[in-house]
Amino acid sequence: MGAPGFVMYEEEFKLISAVLEKLVKDSNSRMVFLVDKNGQLIAAAGETENLDTTSLASLTAGNIAATGGLAKLLGEREFSILFHEGEKDNLHINLIGQRVILVVIFDDRSTLGLVRLRVKKCSEELAAIFDRLMKKAEAEATAGQASPFSEITDEDIENLFRE
Amino acid sequence: MSFINYSSREINCKIVYYGPGLGGKTTNLQYIFEKTNPQARGKMISLATETERTLFFDFLPLSLGAIRGFRVRFHLYTVPGQVFYDASRKLILKGVDGVVFVADAQEERLEANIESMENLKQNLQEHGYDIDKIPLVVQYNKMDLPNAMKAEELRGQLNPKTWPEFSACAKSGEGVFDTLKAVAKLVLQELKSGK
Repeated sequence: MGAPGFVMYEEEFKLISAVLEKLVKDSNSRMVFLVDKNGQLIAAAGETENLDTTSLASLTAGNIAATGGLAKLLGEREFSILFHEGEKDNLHINLIGQRVILVVIFDDRSTLGLVRLRVKKCSEELAAIFDRLMKKAEAEATAGQASPFSEITDEDIENLFRE
Repeated sequence: MSFINYSSREINCKIVYYGPGLGGKTTNLQYIFEKTNPQARGKMISLATETERTLFFDFLPLSLGAIRGFRVRFHLYTVPGQVFYDASRKLILKGVDGVVFVADAQEERLEANIESMENLKQNLQEHGYDIDKIPLVVQYNKMDLPNAMKAEELRGQLNPKTWPEFSACAKSGEGVFDTLKAVAKLVLQELKSGK
């Protein structure tokens, strides 16, 4: 089958959340999201209460996938940064490694230049955390660490669909 | 590709509805959206043309409950079925955990079904998946129509490998949830087996 699943541990999640909180402050942005390239929301920080973050994650991944397709058509490896300017809010999207998308939503309290500056530093920190995460997941898989699925019984699965 | 979040105790999986144009993929999702408790689902996103043909994808997040303390979420996607949207179909298939092939049971759509199934096989291969190993369920949709082929005939043409199959009428909802439950179970069983 394809690639193995993506795993997030508590320790790394805390590190990632701290980096995102710092990015919100340092870039004067409204909110920041980290999205898996397959459309899953990994983490968020800032004024996220009134936003449909699930849809945002899926649409962002679709956006990146589509522009990735365009890039290949043009002979580029990828377009690693996307910027969408709105009337009130702006969207800055960039790829981190080959796996993760960082989304920054900012208004006139910040500037594109400041966001790009802060994102650059933050991307390096996040890339290091994700490297560590991958290695940890690989090590646990090699050590035969039980996944949460290994104890699931067929009855557990049936009960999920019982009305 | 499934996403296990130990921090938020969540498991997320991706299911893609595939098949020829106007076969009923979007209708499946629309029915699921209408009939699911709002607490158990999110908003349905449809990126479509003005004539309501899927342009890029439909998306519907579902919460199915919890297993062993982990919330189980499925993200349902449909692909655009029209032949010339192949580039988009490839993108949407990335990271898939399970596939529902929605076949249009009408006799005149048999060639389109076969072509779409072959297209699915190729696009899965490009992502490193094997159609014979990935959780897959076949739905024969529009079985209520007078020109619908018999399930046995459709099986012979589209499902020689005997994947789980369901007859359906997505408009009325018949077979829609049976199909979804079947593919979700296959995905969870696959995760359980650790492959």
